[in-house]
Amino acid sequence: MRLTCPMCGARDRREFYYQGDAVACARPARDADIPAWDDYLHLRDNPAGVRRELWHHEAGCGSWLVVERDTTTHEVHSVALVEAPA
Amino acid sequence: MKFSGLRVLKEGLTGNKGWTPHWRDPAPKAEYDAVIIGGGGHGLSTAYYLAKNHGMTNIAVLEKGYIGSGNIGRNTTIVRANYFLPGNSEFYSHSLKLWEGLEQDLNYNVMHSQRGMINLFHSDGQRDAFVRRGNAMINQGDDAILLDREGVRKHLPYLDFENTRFPIYGGLLHPRGGTARHDAVAWGYARGADQRGVDLLQNCEVTGIDIENGAVRGVQTTRGAIRAKKVGIVVAGRSGQVAAMAGMRLPIESHILQAFVTEGLKPCIDHVVTFGMGHFYISQSDKGGLVFGGDLDFYASYASRGNLPTAEHVMEASMTLMPMIGKAKLLRSWGGIMDMTPDGSPIIDKTDTQGFFIDCGWCYGGFKAVPASGYAFAHLMATGQHHETASAFRLDRFRTGRGILDEEGTGSQHNLH
Repeated sequence: MRLTCPMCGARDRREFYYQGDAVACARPARDADIPAWDDYLHLRDNPAGVRRELWHHEAGCGSWLVVERDTTTHEVHSVALVEAPA
Repeated sequence: MKFSGLRVLKEGLTGNKGWTPHWRDPAPKAEYDAVIIGGGGHGLSTAYYLAKNHGMTNIAVLEKGYIGSGNIGRNTTIVRANYFLPGNSEFYSHSLKLWEGLEQDLNYNVMHSQRGMINLFHSDGQRDAFVRRGNAMINQGDDAILLDREGVRKHLPYLDFENTRFPIYGGLLHPRGGTARHDAVAWGYARGADQRGVDLLQNCEVTGIDIENGAVRGVQTTRGAIRAKKVGIVVAGRSGQVAAMAGMRLPIESHILQAFVTEGLKPCIDHVVTFGMGHFYISQSDKGGLVFGGDLDFYASYASRGNLPTAEHVMEASMTLMPMIGKAKLLRSWGGIMDMTPDGSPIIDKTDTQGFFIDCGWCYGGFKAVPASGYAFAHLMATGQHHETASAFRLDRFRTGRGILDEEGTGSQHNLH
């Protein structure tokens, strides 16, 4: 599997660290209730199909990336830089 | 049909004409007292113990493929009770005891072989950790023996003892650890359940869960609707999809785990050997193939096939530990779908829906748990109470933070186990 980093181009999977579901980009507010934190930290849709994930180009430019990838075929649909929180 | 030495002899002399199918192929009934979704190791053992221990024989196992076509049909077959944390220790200890009586209980040869398992260590710190683990195992009533370097050399002379990066300091020997024949476990439990009246419904995929007023009423399947007041999900890597049919999200992410088998060789590896620092473990099957594996591929996947970086890593680790393995030819590899929880420990619990139970989250260690998981899940489904050996495997431990079972001590977060 190769990911096309927007900064560096197509690179081997070995250069990237998989963080998990892209829900990790949507951190709840500091005073959010327990179910919101449970959703964020633990509960997952875990789909067999296309999902959004967070990857880190740790052996490359160091960017955090949102990857749209099919978990049944390993096909990568898109790779984009994580947007800075507003 | 009962198996015995005499029977094998008689059938051998009379052309093997007397053997009969191991289980029936019944049509689904409109209603059962309980249905188990998933005809793998854990689902079949659940059905077996529901019938045997709780007298629930009007039940069915629903399997979307054929019996034993999932992870029970492809794994590295290791059976051990070397867990450390209270909550895990008593459960796996119970499982090993069930394994030790399993062949008599099922009247089926599951080829359980207690050849001993050796966990290698390579530093003073690791030795301390293994002393602690060994003591925990002994306190649980299981067995553990600390081997020094020469002790390991006596058992495993073929290892590279001159390795400078990972010098072998010793190993923790678990004499009652070993392997079993994975398919036979599924077949033995299936046959035992069937003999007690359980309907094993193959090619029967669940497509919906019927819930009314907060209570489960049955399931929709590719072979028609089936009513049941109790439904148990035991579907390993597919837990997320089946739970979603009931409107549930689980603390589970499905990952891929690879394993590898070489061509058949004469006996050369007499134990289960684990090389934790290289994420590598190995044993030799009774057929002669070296069966080995490593760590997860470390990204979510349902592809049932692995990726090259992990395969290379496993091969490198095998060469580091036992250079002789380079002479063997790799026959095949495969990838299984693992239901990973944040803390690496399983879930056996009720859900918020009445009559709806779940057994999942076995990560990459479900095989050895097959007997005790079915035993405990059957107890929960039949009585509504957690079995004493599995009372820690709560679904809500992630939400509350109470009772997290992080055996590796690396944290409770997806992708850490």
